[in-house]
Amino acid sequence: MAKLTFKTEICKGCGLCINVCPKNVLELSKDKLNSKGHHPIEAARPDDCIGCAFCATMCPDCVITVER
Amino acid sequence: MIVFQKPHALTDAPMHYCPGCTHGIVHRLVAEAIDALGIEGKTVGIAPVGCSVMAYNYFACDMIEAAHGRAPAVATGVKRSDPDGLVVFTYQGDGDLASIGMAETVHAAARNENITVIFINNAIYGMTGGQMAPTSLPGQVTQTSPYGRDVKACGYPVRVCEMLATLDGPEYLERVAVNNIKNIKAAGKAIRKAFQNQIDGKGFSLIEVISSCPTNWGMTPQKALEWIDEKMIPYYPLGVYKDRSAAKEENA
Repeated sequence: MAKLTFKTEICKGCGLCINVCPKNVLELSKDKLNSKGHHPIEAARPDDCIGCAFCATMCPDCVITVER
Repeated sequence: MIVFQKPHALTDAPMHYCPGCTHGIVHRLVAEAIDALGIEGKTVGIAPVGCSVMAYNYFACDMIEAAHGRAPAVATGVKRSDPDGLVVFTYQGDGDLASIGMAETVHAAARNENITVIFINNAIYGMTGGQMAPTSLPGQVTQTSPYGRDVKACGYPVRVCEMLATLDGPEYLERVAVNNIKNIKAAGKAIRKAFQNQIDGKGFSLIEVISSCPTNWGMTPQKALEWIDEKMIPYYPLGVYKDRSAAKEENA
């Protein structure tokens, strides 16, 4: 069971992680904002995550920690 | 089990780069190389002028801020002060390394200084607002070339790796990109090798990283990564341009 944790406060909402996810797990939050005014990333379908860490590899800001 | 987390050699400071800027990825790759080789305590980084001018806030190792373009000269001084004790790297953009700092770069390479140079090529001046850089592509629209770069008036882009490969000095020259997972993995490997070369005393290693600038290219972060594949890589082919040790082994 893979687990994703997000430092939403430093997420800039660029969405690069969304495109590289092979399981389409991630989405930008529609109703949350962080203090910089970005819609942070969140796991919309966390159960589909396989823990490949592609999202974390692509993230420019080290927002994502992946556990497996 | 943690599969992926922020490397130890990066600080907790949030990076000031624009959303989707790949500087953050390259910072992380450098930090991962430092972690993997266990050299954080003896590494000195030289920050440039440009978007990554505040790189000293993000790397946990010692950092020095150099005058514009002079990072290889500062690195030379630092490295020569303690050749066996220190690992010295510079982190420079194309406006810094390929424009105002071209002389320092070429001569550090020609002297085969035992330093590691990380060169970010995003084909534009990012920090100052998107002016044409020495590496801007022919026909590329920038703030100072609104009709596209006209090679008759502005000349052709400089291919740094190819140019330095004509010198006898440098040990290792490779061009990588960070626009997809495969390229990021290859870039990480190249950067680690560049540090290993220095530890082994082999000499000057330069890794050119094809990077994106969504803000000044006027694209979404995703589109900018595609633009690297479509436009940048055909003009700046990826690959190893010089590897003296490997060439020696082949000839032996």
